[in-house]
Amino acid sequence: MTSTVPRTGTVRLAAESVSLAYDDRVVVRELDLQLTDGSFTAIVGPNGCGKSTLLRALGRLLRPVGGQVLLDGRAISRTPTREVARVLGLLPQTPVAPEGLTVGDLVARGRHPHQSWLQQWSRDDEAAVSEALTWTDMADLADRPVDELSGGQRQRAWISMALAQGTDLLLLDEPTTYLDLSHQIDVLELVARLHTERGRTVVVVLHDLNLAARYAQRLVAMDDGRLVASGAPEEVLTEQLLADAFDLEARIVPDPVAGTPMVVPVRRLR
Amino acid sequence: MTRLARPPAGVPERVRQPGETVVRVGPVSGRVRWRQVVVALAAAVAVLLLGAVSLGRGDFPIGLTDVLRTLVGLGEDTQEFIVLQLRAPRIVVGALVGLALGVAGALFQTFARNPLASPDVLGITQGASAGAVAAIVLGGTAGGGVLGGVGVPLAALLGALVTGLLLLLLAWRRGIDGYRMVLIGIALWAVGAALVDWLLTRAEIHDAATAYVWITGSLNARTWAEAVPLLVALAVLLPAALATSRALAVVQFGDDTARGLGVRLVPTQALVVLVAVALTAAAVAAAGPISYVALVVPQVAVRLTRGPRPPLLASGLLGAALVVGADLLTRTVLPQALPVGVLTAAVGAPFLLWLLVRGRRSTL
Repeated sequence: MTSTVPRTGTVRLAAESVSLAYDDRVVVRELDLQLTDGSFTAIVGPNGCGKSTLLRALGRLLRPVGGQVLLDGRAISRTPTREVARVLGLLPQTPVAPEGLTVGDLVARGRHPHQSWLQQWSRDDEAAVSEALTWTDMADLADRPVDELSGGQRQRAWISMALAQGTDLLLLDEPTTYLDLSHQIDVLELVARLHTERGRTVVVVLHDLNLAARYAQRLVAMDDGRLVASGAPEEVLTEQLLADAFDLEARIVPDPVAGTPMVVPVRRLR
Repeated sequence: MTRLARPPAGVPERVRQPGETVVRVGPVSGRVRWRQVVVALAAAVAVLLLGAVSLGRGDFPIGLTDVLRTLVGLGEDTQEFIVLQLRAPRIVVGALVGLALGVAGALFQTFARNPLASPDVLGITQGASAGAVAAIVLGGTAGGGVLGGVGVPLAALLGALVTGLLLLLLAWRRGIDGYRMVLIGIALWAVGAALVDWLLTRAEIHDAATAYVWITGSLNARTWAEAVPLLVALAVLLPAALATSRALAVVQFGDDTARGLGVRLVPTQALVVLVAVALTAAAVAAAGPISYVALVVPQVAVRLTRGPRPPLLASGLLGAALVVGADLLTRTVLPQALPVGVLTAAVGAPFLLWLLVRGRRSTL
């Protein structure tokens, strides 16, 4: 597992005038976005604004109908899947593990892009998996079936798999869905540690604006398939943006714990 | 927030699971799960034992020692004819058919993430039946036409392949969704069943009887002419099936996760379905649709090995043991020589129910 020294400024992943569509329905229009090495970005926006769709395109799960996604300066659609999987890891919104699969086996699957038919369990694989399990505090649960875990533990197991994959970049689609608040914090702390301690470049789609503002260095706000604001949480989370993008009248106050902007809703507009 | 202690660098904690041995020889490495090895070996031994017993049983019983002597070329001429020409092909065809169906079932079930996805349910065996019954009824086997001998297996093979390709084409939408595949398969099954019924109502009574035995699945009067093509097909398809095994382990997680882990999804899906369809077609052409083997055996295998998915090789070997054993039973214990398919259905269906009712797993 290589931990990257953050080289601030280098663009690792970029969307260049990307348009995305499901069949004929255009979801994202000509969107530009640059993600620098060692950054921690949260994509926020109202339901149906296209944030998950954008994340899918950034992870090569969806081919743009216009523009392109560049991974380390190279068109991701022309990079072999396996090569992408060694640099970029992703966690879908509600991943499903086959019944009976143990945590240890799940995390071991993260090594798939590094293995071949002959080389199915190298010393590197074993070391990466055991380290990922230990680091995410899942080693004691390694023999337990994933489907018997609680929601929070399950999400930890999947993050552990992503860690074992050993990629510099990590894309997570709403990793806190269906979790209670304390487990949401638990998962986001873990993701934040991946960023600070392991030097991962993290992009996460989040619903909760307050949590996004607290954990991410940079917020990217989307509305109706377009990027409407991007920058530090203080710059992005404004009363005007909430009114425009979320149809929400709200006050922004400093978070009494972290000092980051905090949204206090007043009422829905329109 | 508690900060977790990181393990000291270079001293990875062992993540080996009980009952597992790590093998590393030069560039080759892998994990051996002993439970899977033991189940596969036990099934292989069962096939050999059942086969050896089966060679001696029938209208002209031959002792086990005489059977073994005949196999190494020391038997009498009569015994040699009975063992090597009459009984051996039947048993070899039975074993190979069971192997093919077991592997095909394991491929379909793992790929579709659905234990119902077997060639029986997906309409592929039904398509083979429609092909065979069409050849029997329309080709007029009563008159001893060409279609009688070579025609029926060939028609069954074509019926299975056409149904399989239809399944692949209709379920295809930028890749295959397992759930959609099962629904389309059930629709194809219904079309095949209707076709068989329609043909049977039009058939002469003698043809209808012949057709009926065929669609039950039988090993009667099998010769080396059926065994050899099946052996060749398996020699190609089995390695192909095993080659998909590594990707299948990840495909099981769902499309997005699998692609995120570097699996080329579309070629993998196409290969898995084609191999499973071809295995089914080869098996059905040789012995008719021996039902429930492909559905039940992988589910038995996954419970015996306690893994997250049906093991390919163990499923195949257990399938072979089931078909050879069922054939032995129909020929010896039961008062009347029944087609083997009757027994696999009679044993398989209740066994599946029992598994469903008793199983820890809620969704099988």
